[in-house]
Amino acid sequence: MSEEAAPVTYIVTPVRLEYDHSAGNAATLFLRGLAQRKIIGTRTGPGQPVLVPPRGADPRTAELALEAVEVSDKGTIVSYSIVRVPSENIHFELPYVCINILLDGADVPFFHVLQNCPLDEVRIGMRARAHWVPDEQLAPTIASIEYFEPIDEPDVPFDRIREHT
Amino acid sequence: MRDVAIVSFAQSNTAREDRNEVEILIPVVQEAVKRSGLPRGEIGFTCSGSSDFLQGQPFAFVMALDGVGAWPPVKESHVEMDGAWALYEAWVKIQTGEVDSALVYAFGKTSSGDVAEVQALQLDPYCVTPLWPDADSIAALQARLYLEGSARTERDLADVAVRSRRDAMDNPHAVASGATDAETLLAEPYRCSPLRDHDCPMTSDGATAMVIVAGDLATRLSERPVWIRGIDHRIDPPALGVRDLSRAPSAERAASRAGVLEAPVDFAEIDAPYTHQELILREAFGLSDGVRINPSGGSLCARTLMSSGLNRIGDAALRIARGEGDRALAHATQGPCLQQNLVCVLEGE
Repeated sequence: MSEEAAPVTYIVTPVRLEYDHSAGNAATLFLRGLAQRKIIGTRTGPGQPVLVPPRGADPRTAELALEAVEVSDKGTIVSYSIVRVPSENIHFELPYVCINILLDGADVPFFHVLQNCPLDEVRIGMRARAHWVPDEQLAPTIASIEYFEPIDEPDVPFDRIREHT
Repeated sequence: MRDVAIVSFAQSNTAREDRNEVEILIPVVQEAVKRSGLPRGEIGFTCSGSSDFLQGQPFAFVMALDGVGAWPPVKESHVEMDGAWALYEAWVKIQTGEVDSALVYAFGKTSSGDVAEVQALQLDPYCVTPLWPDADSIAALQARLYLEGSARTERDLADVAVRSRRDAMDNPHAVASGATDAETLLAEPYRCSPLRDHDCPMTSDGATAMVIVAGDLATRLSERPVWIRGIDHRIDPPALGVRDLSRAPSAERAASRAGVLEAPVDFAEIDAPYTHQELILREAFGLSDGVRINPSGGSLCARTLMSSGLNRIGDAALRIARGEGDRALAHATQGPCLQQNLVCVLEGE
């Protein structure tokens, strides 16, 4: 086929748009907390579930959840996966473990990465704690927590975390 | 056809919001649901309109569901359109007989990005978007054609702005308002000739919510339900070169199908983001000079993208509910240069 008759199958049209985001009230509480080595969740009011990371609403009631509640940086692993697929965005050495961790004081699990744990030892019910970046690197970003790592505490029985798994 | 009425409406518009979309949405949805008199759990269908391009986040609309009550799971749908089209889908859903009521909502946080530039992404992705024409420039091409082909002048455009801003003084949800005159406005420099700042919309962040219900339920819930007597939407070709930009044939057709011409209207709420578009639409709708246009101040004075069309319908409904008119035309637009148009006819009892 001559070049004139060949279909154009490829064009480059770069799209660049800049956004100036405001995180919103709930996410601002959470992000500011991380800069102070704290994990802040929110709830709609006393006795209501503590949601972390908070997005501003309790999805079960569709009410504003803006009351700040500090939760622990320790928690119980309620699910995990061992990741063997590389990604340009991930700097952890393969394979690594991603976890859903129920932080003490929170009512929904929190997603992060587990390190310093042999792969055959990770399990549901295992206790772990956040490993923070050095103080001078703390900032309002989830990257203030580098990863979670196991701590020497007894496992939480499955029955006590069943509803979160 | 089933009779369907608007029984409640709420909105919020602000020049720039620091709250996230869910935080903006919740009070508005709560107000609309409360005013409807229907418990949230009894509303049969939920439909929304929004665009992820405004936030620059994929599936931003899914996050919004946290704010409207999706537990236990609800029947829900979304259109990447102004909320007026979500209203249309909800109206159709009620027509099918599957549900008797629906919550319709829309939201947009336009201040996060350069909204005039973001709208370039709705144009032909191969031949037009790569040139990055902003929305005001595209509208200005239309304004030029309209002025050249009619007896209208830039003074007529300024008159639309003067009237809109004056009327917006009575609307707490308007973002731009104030008393001014055409001479003052015409002394200002062009933004994209022939358009000046006053000819272009005051973009805003906000949300809108509305509850619509079928016949008997409407009369039980509301002393003066606002009936949707007709609703229709039509579309013109997207390419800017293949249609006469100085007209809006799809608006004309939608108005005719919605039954606008069957009886005079007391007022009209027209979603005309640019001053010249109001004039084009008045002609498309065949509105006489005596018909009051945009008593709310219109989309020129608060344009929360994805919400502003639904706001026109809601503003018209509130006005009828208050008894300040019995029959109104309400309109929403989407796309460049009035490409897509939705018209509904609202009536009090």
